[in-house]
Amino acid sequence: MMNPNKKRLRRTMMFLNAQKPGLIKDPYIYKPDSIMLDLEDAVAENQKDAARFSLYHALQEIDYRGVERVVRINALDTPYWKEDIRCAVAGGCDAIRIPKTECANDVRLVEDAVDFAEREFGRPKGSVLIMAAIESARGVMKALEICEASERLFGIALSGGDYTKDLQTHITGTGIELMGARQNLVIAARAAGVQCFDTVYTDLNNMDGFRQDVQNIHLMGFDGKSIINPRQINIVHEIFTPSEKDIIFAEKVVKEIDTKKAQGIGVFTVDGKMIDIAFYDGAKRTIELAKASGVYKGDL
Amino acid sequence: MEIKKPAMAGTLESSDCQVTVEAGEGSIDFTLDSAVINQYGNQIRKVVFETLENLGIKNVRISVVDKGALDCTIKARVEGAVFRSLEQTEHLPWGGAIR
Amino acid sequence: MINAVGREIPEEILEMTGKEVFHGNHYYDGYEYKKDGPKTKCVINSNGSKLVDSIHDALVKCGIKDGMTLGFHHHFREGDYIVNMVMEEVHKMGIKDITICASSLGKAHDPIVPYIEDGTITNIQSSGVRGKIGEAISNGKLKGLAIMRSHGGRVRAIESGETRIDIAFIGTPTCDDYGNCRGIGGKSNCGVLSYAMVDGDYADKVVAITDCLVPFPNFPAHISMTKVDYVVEVDAIGDPKKIATGAAKPTTDMRKLMMADYCTQFVVNTPYFKDGFSYQTGVGGASIASTISLAKIMKERNVRMKFGVGGLTKPMCDLLINGQVDCLLDTQDFDLAAVESVKNLNHFRISAGEYADPFNKGAVVNKLDFVILAALEVDVNFNCNVVVGSDGMITGAQGGHPDTAAGAKCSIVIAPLLQGRIPAICTEVTTVTTPGESIDVVITDYGIAINPRRQDLIEAMKDVDLPFKTIEELRDIAYSIAGEPQRVAFADRVVGIIESRDGTIMDVVRQIKPFEFAEEE
Repeated sequence: MMNPNKKRLRRTMMFLNAQKPGLIKDPYIYKPDSIMLDLEDAVAENQKDAARFSLYHALQEIDYRGVERVVRINALDTPYWKEDIRCAVAGGCDAIRIPKTECANDVRLVEDAVDFAEREFGRPKGSVLIMAAIESARGVMKALEICEASERLFGIALSGGDYTKDLQTHITGTGIELMGARQNLVIAARAAGVQCFDTVYTDLNNMDGFRQDVQNIHLMGFDGKSIINPRQINIVHEIFTPSEKDIIFAEKVVKEIDTKKAQGIGVFTVDGKMIDIAFYDGAKRTIELAKASGVYKGDL
Repeated sequence: MEIKKPAMAGTLESSDCQVTVEAGEGSIDFTLDSAVINQYGNQIRKVVFETLENLGIKNVRISVVDKGALDCTIKARVEGAVFRSLEQTEHLPWGGAIR
Repeated sequence: MINAVGREIPEEILEMTGKEVFHGNHYYDGYEYKKDGPKTKCVINSNGSKLVDSIHDALVKCGIKDGMTLGFHHHFREGDYIVNMVMEEVHKMGIKDITICASSLGKAHDPIVPYIEDGTITNIQSSGVRGKIGEAISNGKLKGLAIMRSHGGRVRAIESGETRIDIAFIGTPTCDDYGNCRGIGGKSNCGVLSYAMVDGDYADKVVAITDCLVPFPNFPAHISMTKVDYVVEVDAIGDPKKIATGAAKPTTDMRKLMMADYCTQFVVNTPYFKDGFSYQTGVGGASIASTISLAKIMKERNVRMKFGVGGLTKPMCDLLINGQVDCLLDTQDFDLAAVESVKNLNHFRISAGEYADPFNKGAVVNKLDFVILAALEVDVNFNCNVVVGSDGMITGAQGGHPDTAAGAKCSIVIAPLLQGRIPAICTEVTTVTTPGESIDVVITDYGIAINPRRQDLIEAMKDVDLPFKTIEELRDIAYSIAGEPQRVAFADRVVGIIESRDGTIMDVVRQIKPFEFAEEE
């Protein structure tokens, strides 16, 4: 059975250093959809061990009030990642984020370790999801096989910093350097039926630039964005909030298709126009987004 | 388990605590420095002793410099210091002695 | 005896002070009394000069002696040199048993702690104390009883004659040789001298101390020569960098921004938010952020403020510059922008009495629609504590908190639910400084609680999309995260009283007791 959380709403995923008690104690007050407790880059080499204890007890004892808890493990070429997975799975995390994913086999390696940990710590099989961060040109080219590597994988994320280095360019703020990767990842994710998340925007002094960036990736089809500061949350949620017009249309589509299907009718019309069954999933998604944004007042 | 070598975990940042362990003299020797000692001193001591008991540590000199850490952080730092002292970083007893 | 906020006030304290327990905000409404007046030494001969060579000489001329009460103001904030300079001289002269009656004392005054310990200073009356003086009082070092009173309460105590100031020392940024004092100009520009005005009016002897002597007449005077006995010129009356700081950068801390946003949303949804409303706010990050976001909404909705009161900072003065407020009523300037704004024709200086005194014929606070405040602790009865830390140590000041909260139609307290591990919302505050009947709304990062006494506000917010909770729910969330704090254990001795605005006793502060672990189980 598919993990029901696989397709949950993930507009914002906030990075938090798992080693910093002041950061991880109550990020839920800002209402991100997901938090990403980081054992990797944010944690200094000599604190990798300490970070795990901090992570374990945070997962066990802090009530994150429905916010999804993703743990970013250390890369597969480090001595840490296996114990990271044991710790995160034992602690009760919702998902594991793999950094620097290069190919389908990376996902499978993690899947095996997660599978093993679920059994070791008595968690239901399949309860821990996986997401893959793509941080290299090679990863971008292998995006589709990564997306299809595991039933547990709910999505992929672009990590722009490392990726642009690999591409021999850098983050410019214009988005030009990311165009190909962004496009490629969204297409691969959609082809595989998983979600796709954009990279962080690190200039906190340029909120207008951030807004523009989010508008762009929203139009490109991304499901959400990685963020580094709670100040960025509301902007993303605002941009991902469907318009009133979209909501009304989506509501009509869902109701029309539900009713007609129940009556065994296969032809659907909304506002006098014929619509296709292919509209259904999109309309459902619009309603879910509207609900999450607190703007949906209907009865669906 | 026995403390092997002196070890420390945690920081002096707000909401954190710094825990130092070294071999004891047959019992648990606990010292606490905390800005919230008046309100949470007994609670902090209870958490530290419970964590040590779970880990099977009976012979230790442990000192905690607390900056308003929650219980989950205090446990993590005690465990962090103890396992550093034992030089164990893998096959940790998550959900067992660590709980 | 139990008072109106449920605090037990020991009989011996009532006897010792001759005070009543707090009976509620309006207990003294309509009370009639005759004001006290200062002893005045006439200056008729035009040959004399008021200039004296040193603080020492001024003390001698004023007839300093054991047991006197000395008045000070706190317009120089943490940059003040006056208190330390005067007390050093008093100490050198071997004077004992001094009562300090200051509008406030801060960390800048740590150096006078030895004078508390050696009996030079035996009583302190202040809005509050921070730093080492607070620790000294909490540790029982002060021989007498510390009295913490609000800005309005201080004026009341002096005007009613309860406190008689023998000599007031008024640090003044500019002064002429005849004693005309102004809060603006000079090296130590603090803008206004509001808190010192009552000292000028009621102290028997008044000494102006300045580091910028200007030619007569230093007009318009903030404190007139008619009230000043002597003028002393010194090298420096304060550290300008700590008197008025550069305007604080607007906060980028999302927690504070979120609380500020809740506050603004609440304000604009009350019936009081309409053209011609009045408003006061503090200097905390969230207060400043809420003024900024309020200004934006005022502009959008074309709503003007009639007057702003304060304790002023740049965002309030910006309202004046941008034509969003008719005038500002100023008791204190927290940053250079506020000091600069004093020159504006619609920026009015008011005295502490005009601002907040409950024992005159009506103060500005009574005309406030909104006041935005902070607090160290708020309990489930909405009682606030702004003076005593949760660890029992005296560490803050009442300031205008109880005055504005009592006067304003809508008193809003902003506090993060947890200050470190310490719950700001609790079952019972360590010490009551502002009664719950004065507080209408508490805004935290975890939600907003409206005082059930304010059913009208609850009704007004019925359809407003804000995270409303009961105060008990907020307390429960705090306790579920941090654990329920153990009550601080105090020693028996009462070291200070928290005086209500009207002079009754709101609460007592006891000597601190060193922490001891509970018995091993």
